[in-house]
Amino acid sequence: MVINNKERAEMLRQLAGTNVSLCIQCGRCSANCPVAWKMDVLPHRFVYELLNGGNVDVLLEAKSPWKCLSCFSCAERCPKGVSPAAIMEAVRLTHIRAQGNNKLNPADLENYDDKMPQQAIVAAFRKFNK
Amino acid sequence: MQKIGVFVCWCGSNIAGTVDVAAVVEAVKKIPDVAYAVDYKYMCSEEGQKIIKDAVEEYGLDRIVVCSCSPRMHEATFRKCAESIGINPYMVEIANIREQCSWVLKDVKVATEKAIQLAKAAIAKVRFNNPLHPGQSQVVKRALVIGGGIAGIQTALDIADAGYKVDILEKEPTIGGKMAQIDKTFPTLDCSACILTPKMVDAACHENITIHTYSDLEAVSGYVGNFDVTIRKKARSVKADICSGCGICTEKCPARKTPSEFDEGLRNRGAIYIPFAQAIPKVPVIDREACLKFKTGKCGVCSIVCPNGAIDYTQEDELITEKYGAIVLATGFELIDLENYGNLGYGRSKNVITSMQLERLTNAAGPTEGHLVCPASGKEPKSVVIVSCVGSRDTSGRGKTYCSKVCCMYNAKHAMYIREKYPNVDVTVFYIDVRTPGKGFDEFQRRAVEEYGVHYVRGQVGKIMSDKEGNLTVFASDLNSGRHLMLNPDLVVLACAVKPAKDARKLASMLTASIDTNDFYVEAHPKLRPVESPTAGIFLSGMCQGPKDIPETVSQAGAAAAKVIGLLAKDKLMTNPCTAKCNEQICSGCLTCTNVCPYGAISGVEKEVVTLNGTREKRVVAVVNEALCQGCGACTVACPSASMDLQGFTNKQILAEVDALC
Amino acid sequence: MIYNYYPGCTLSTKAKELDVAARKCAEALGFPLVELPNWQCCGAVYPMAPDAIAERLSAVRALVAARDNGGVLVTLCSACHHVIKRVNDDMANVKEIQQKVNNYLGLEVPYTGETKVLHYLEVLRDVVGFENLKAKVVKPLQGRNIGAYYGCLLLRPGQVMSFDDVERPEILENFIKVIGATPVIYDMRNECCAGYMAVTDKNLCKEMVSEIQDNAADAGAGEFITACPLCAYNLLENAGATKLPVSYFTEVLAEALGLNEGGAD
Repeated sequence: MVINNKERAEMLRQLAGTNVSLCIQCGRCSANCPVAWKMDVLPHRFVYELLNGGNVDVLLEAKSPWKCLSCFSCAERCPKGVSPAAIMEAVRLTHIRAQGNNKLNPADLENYDDKMPQQAIVAAFRKFNK
Repeated sequence: MQKIGVFVCWCGSNIAGTVDVAAVVEAVKKIPDVAYAVDYKYMCSEEGQKIIKDAVEEYGLDRIVVCSCSPRMHEATFRKCAESIGINPYMVEIANIREQCSWVLKDVKVATEKAIQLAKAAIAKVRFNNPLHPGQSQVVKRALVIGGGIAGIQTALDIADAGYKVDILEKEPTIGGKMAQIDKTFPTLDCSACILTPKMVDAACHENITIHTYSDLEAVSGYVGNFDVTIRKKARSVKADICSGCGICTEKCPARKTPSEFDEGLRNRGAIYIPFAQAIPKVPVIDREACLKFKTGKCGVCSIVCPNGAIDYTQEDELITEKYGAIVLATGFELIDLENYGNLGYGRSKNVITSMQLERLTNAAGPTEGHLVCPASGKEPKSVVIVSCVGSRDTSGRGKTYCSKVCCMYNAKHAMYIREKYPNVDVTVFYIDVRTPGKGFDEFQRRAVEEYGVHYVRGQVGKIMSDKEGNLTVFASDLNSGRHLMLNPDLVVLACAVKPAKDARKLASMLTASIDTNDFYVEAHPKLRPVESPTAGIFLSGMCQGPKDIPETVSQAGAAAAKVIGLLAKDKLMTNPCTAKCNEQICSGCLTCTNVCPYGAISGVEKEVVTLNGTREKRVVAVVNEALCQGCGACTVACPSASMDLQGFTNKQILAEVDALC
Repeated sequence: MIYNYYPGCTLSTKAKELDVAARKCAEALGFPLVELPNWQCCGAVYPMAPDAIAERLSAVRALVAARDNGGVLVTLCSACHHVIKRVNDDMANVKEIQQKVNNYLGLEVPYTGETKVLHYLEVLRDVVGFENLKAKVVKPLQGRNIGAYYGCLLLRPGQVMSFDDVERPEILENFIKVIGATPVIYDMRNECCAGYMAVTDKNLCKEMVSEIQDNAADAGAGEFITACPLCAYNLLENAGATKLPVSYFTEVLAEALGLNEGGAD
């Protein structure tokens, strides 16, 4: 099945629900991201590709969405009210909503220390599994 | 029988591209009293006006409807055209089928239908038009310039040089404004004070210029050519006529805890102070909030040390009144405060400063005598980061939506200041775009890179953190390389957005001048009337109208002066005859109208009136002063007996328009 | 006023201290908490995708239950507060989400964001009042230098949470002053602790928490307080060389109010 990039970019835009056309490509999102130094593709690029680049593959193949903490510092400090965090989420959902793409194995729970709060486990399963 | 002529303009393809003008002509021809209707490519052209004139003669027209652009554009043109062939100009009506029709609609059928409706409404109205005759008013040959920065000074000098009296009103203790604080100016890097202070002196010495510093606008009334203004000269607590400006009081004042406004808080000033050495007038003021004498009754040092006995603790504000023919707003700008940008560390670390603070730090007359130091340590920095667009181009609600325009150039200037004096200091400018339109501007910015070795990084900074000693950590993005950066500069300079002066909004309401959502004054037309406010007799100069640099400000100041001179050169002004008129027969004398009139143009007068049943009686009725009335119509809406009517826009005319549409 | 209370999953298990102290203090301060009867886990993370309807339902159910019992909902855990307040904002302002959720739930009275969601700290500040609270402190925590750790979820997005200045908050610092201790302001107090990465990337958590611990310690903090169980876990369990102790703000509140079992001396 071949879907051209324009259509896939539109699908991601819908799933993210943030208005990428507001972006002035200043890069504050990437500058503010606390895990930017662990990311292979910086947050601003996620907005840029949906706005102009159309290279959705680079986003879908990136490791960054799995490093994203959903801490919202990118969205909070964006001068235009764009949420790169929501695009990260859209990329994660694109993966995990497909059959057999879960990133976490419930069996691994046994390995977690017993102080680990439920909140962390629920959050991780929400972010990495369907 | 009335004879109405209808003239439908194509405006090239502006109207004809969307509106079927021939169909409009055909439709209006069917309306009773329309004696002639025609369309033409450019009705405002000489040829178009000839068509109107010929039609008037041939068909004996007595009323004219032009279906064209907004009346703001060409109403005056067509009124003049009518007048030239002996028709009263107020017998002309405009149907706006461009801005309100062809420009906003896409579908030809819909647009044509709307154009016909608008034409019908105008025809319905014109039937009730009456000839009106403008009156005349005198012009006071004196101008008031509000604001004594470079914009106000230049405007005042130009008006004064043309031979008219000008008063400058300045809220601060000295004229000079922001330009006096600046170290050097782009794109020539000449000393700001060296080019400003001679102008300040010229203004002070000019026989036609009177300067009121430390003064506020108290009240304004009147209208173009005849403004009555009250100025509050705040008490300086120093007798200006005796003071020699020696400054000994400012040195000896023991209350030194107030941050100096002029030095952007980088040092403190006394409670009695002169903002800077070249201040005009060089007369100190006592800041009564900070003064120990005023706060506790004790002290009085300034009075003891003053060799001339000029200190006067009992001085009171003085109100002066003056008449002016024109008023120029030149109230300038300030930098935004950074309370919504806590992540940038301003206020948390002293080593994060604003661009204006940098101007003071590099200025030879500044708190460090021009030695660039980090405020926290007092040491020279080894590296400096300059951040552009702080609070500009921000639609998140925290900053300003617009581009502040001057920052890209002054960032380059600042980088060059630093590299010129301290070649070992590394300077990095973070930018989103470098915007340098202007003569010699791009070349200037390129010099920063090519000759001075300034690093320009396309990207922005994130959080700026500081440790206990004030050492900074800056996170940033380098978009061109796709790298995330962590830097440890010694000094960070934030190029903050500019905004209009705080009192712009208050002044706008006092002067009925319009402001936009950002509190910048609005010009009468963005292209064709850029230095006039929509309110007649009020003119705009400098940053108060929108962000602009010094060269632009000076140009605009000259343009505003030219407009003022043009106004003051007239002996008399024609007044707008579209004023309110009271039907005294039915006026009950309730005087509700006097409360809603923003111009104080209506008063209750006791007089003998003929009542509806023909008897005479003496009672109070509303009387409109036509010279003061601006034709806003507020009174006509407020009047409970419908006795107040606006000439040219009578209730009858408006209702006829509405009827034609329904 | 009825203070409907949403404890959330972690407060019923791994973060009981946070919950127990909160109830005790609320009782003592005159705003007893009434636990919502059939609350469900909020999901711990706010579902950002506009089509994620099911993930919003549990928050809406809690909001509806609170609406039908006085209209106020008090939360405590930062994540619960974040999720519930944002979903509430969606229900008030995002038509499509509002319609889809109401269609699904088939409520007698459709829900459109009427419930007022208050964080426990907001109740202390705005209902009890810090001045009144100060008067009730019997055991001021003098000499303790406390760094407030806000983390990310309590404050962001500033426009929706409208809790405090999102970059320079002061509610916890003011709280610390009220209970007699000294607040220590440090830059990373509103930066993320790495959150749910605790599950998948412990090394990342360690790197990030070390920075926060060092940053607070350098600024002079001797301990942390927080409102979030996950922050507390990360700060403690993923600390490096610097390991300042962490407690919940309700625990230090109980201490200052003299409510700790056998703690009153």
